[in-house]
Amino acid sequence: MSKTAALVQWIDERFPLTSMWKQHLSEYYAPKNFNFWYYFGSLALMVLVIQILSGIFLTMHYKPDAALAFGSVEYIMRDVPWGWLVRYIHSTGASMFFIVVYLHMFRGLLYGSYRKPRELIWIFGMLIYLCLMAEAFFGYLLPWGQMSYWGAQVIVNLFAAVPFVGEDLSVWIRGDYVVSDATLNRFFAFHVIAIPLVLIGLVAAHILALHEVGSNNPDGVEIKKKKDPKTGIPLDGIPFHPYYTVKDIVGVVVFLMVFTIVVFFLPEVGGYFLEYNNFIPADPMKTPPHIAPVWYFTPYYAMLRAVPAMFGSQFPGVIVMGAAVVIFFMLPWLDRGKAKSIRYRGPLFKGWLWTFVVTFVILGWLGVNPTDFLGKVGSSDLEMATLLARIFTTIYFLFFLLMPWYTAIDREQPEPERVTG
Amino acid sequence: MNLMHILKRFFVLAAFVPALAVASDHAVLDQAPIKLNDVASIQNGARVFVNYCLNCHAASHMRYNRLMDLGLTEQQIKDNLMFTTEKIGDHMKVAMNGKEAAKWFGAQPPDLSVIARSRGADWLYTYLRTFYRDDTRTTGWNNLAFPNVGMPHALAELQGEQVLEEEKKPEGEAAHGAHEAPKKLVIAIPGSMTAAQYDATVADLVNYLVFMGEPARGKRVQIGILTLLFLAVLFVFAYALKKEYWKDVH
Repeated sequence: MSKTAALVQWIDERFPLTSMWKQHLSEYYAPKNFNFWYYFGSLALMVLVIQILSGIFLTMHYKPDAALAFGSVEYIMRDVPWGWLVRYIHSTGASMFFIVVYLHMFRGLLYGSYRKPRELIWIFGMLIYLCLMAEAFFGYLLPWGQMSYWGAQVIVNLFAAVPFVGEDLSVWIRGDYVVSDATLNRFFAFHVIAIPLVLIGLVAAHILALHEVGSNNPDGVEIKKKKDPKTGIPLDGIPFHPYYTVKDIVGVVVFLMVFTIVVFFLPEVGGYFLEYNNFIPADPMKTPPHIAPVWYFTPYYAMLRAVPAMFGSQFPGVIVMGAAVVIFFMLPWLDRGKAKSIRYRGPLFKGWLWTFVVTFVILGWLGVNPTDFLGKVGSSDLEMATLLARIFTTIYFLFFLLMPWYTAIDREQPEPERVTG
Repeated sequence: MNLMHILKRFFVLAAFVPALAVASDHAVLDQAPIKLNDVASIQNGARVFVNYCLNCHAASHMRYNRLMDLGLTEQQIKDNLMFTTEKIGDHMKVAMNGKEAAKWFGAQPPDLSVIARSRGADWLYTYLRTFYRDDTRTTGWNNLAFPNVGMPHALAELQGEQVLEEEKKPEGEAAHGAHEAPKKLVIAIPGSMTAAQYDATVADLVNYLVFMGEPARGKRVQIGILTLLFLAVLFVFAYALKKEYWKDVH
């Protein structure tokens, strides 16, 4: 026995190294027909690692103090060796995380990856998405620029809209009557330790649940139904390692090229990844004329603004915004179709899915702009942008609420027995 | 606003046009004719900056020795660009008391370290060229890009004094005059520079402000190109490796 084999054996007697390697990589059988859309899961994992590593180095130089925070970011950008690179990697990584995760979620919609038996994978995934939003929100306060400050102010004020306990709740969140040093300190704690811990746990649960039931694929057929009678290996399955590890490396390199172009040539992406107003230090006495969250929150922000105040309270808008996220959790039980994959779905689901995608993008576009940017509707008092936001918010919810009906009556095609390659 | 307009706006925005995101006020901005690789221009801008701006405005995140990135020696910086401190590693601070300044001008002059990143080069270029005499203002100055600004025209000795005049319309068009007549700036008292010289000087200054906003920019672009080249080579090998493994998957 070689020395390496002896060492592995020594470990295996004390820790399930070889069996874990087999279970999750070399003998985890994934469908052989993954396409372009299947890169984004592994890419999301890589972006998480990038964010944690770059975040560790930023934490070494950043100061979570209202008087020092803005300056310490500029110190990182100027005086810390390679600090500018680490900071741009982290700021770009934040936006890229959402791009990758949105594409990953869209893949789930395309091929019915949330359907039985993968409901828990979907729920863990949605919890990851929620954590990611919290992580992005807490992190965005840290540079202590004007958008950091007023963005946090607006979001925390949403909690103040809750009836009866709202005011106390918002003070409890901020630790003060306005966003202040106390707020910055606790947001820092949430951003660098609390949320990341939960995030890593959820990612582990997401992957464990996936490996328990096996991966879906672009045909939506279960490869475990057709196994080789001798070996018990799915006929359409291939070991994740080495086949998908080498394939994902190609995806990683292409992704890193896009990442590199942003980090080195356009780190601000025209004010969308790094907002221009955030280069002005936070000023509690001066509200910017137009407060917009970073692009990945804007669809929900548009929905929030679309709902008119009722009984003098913004709470209905907050409810709608929350419901827009929570309704995703219900997806596995709203979908009554027989086929999982878009390939065998009928025209109704296809039509609704694309309508939903367009709706989400338009809501995002409405959310980055001020409500008066399209002018009024005719001679009325209603803003065109508000009217559009109301229409598309309605369509957004109809996609989910009508799903049990249109997926049940849709003219689907029969799914194949085996994957089609 | 009709549907075509909305669609047009949507696509312009989708193309990530930076200007839209900063267009908080609707003044039309002149494009700043700056070349970020023109070291001589940035050096001249640094000279204008320390002479005219760095009395009221600090650049408290910028160290003097960072100017060595522009090919200047420590001695050149000390002799020509440092008036208030002896230490080359010091930040660009000013002696003016911020609270007092707020009383004098209505607001404390902002720190200019990253002003080019929040305002953008075009806004700065327009702003520094559109000061005009306005007796209704306490300082005697007003500005087209920043109406009712608290800052007086610090570069007036170079540009001279402009006034805002109503533009004369050709005969016949006056009949349509329901709208306010368009106005334009004209030089009333000339300064030490011609209009072209002044524009070039302001361009240099803005070029410097952009440099100061992110001194690592030049290095960033260079390393970016090398990184992309490395990834391109890595892609060839990664793709070949994938092909090799996958040839036995049918």
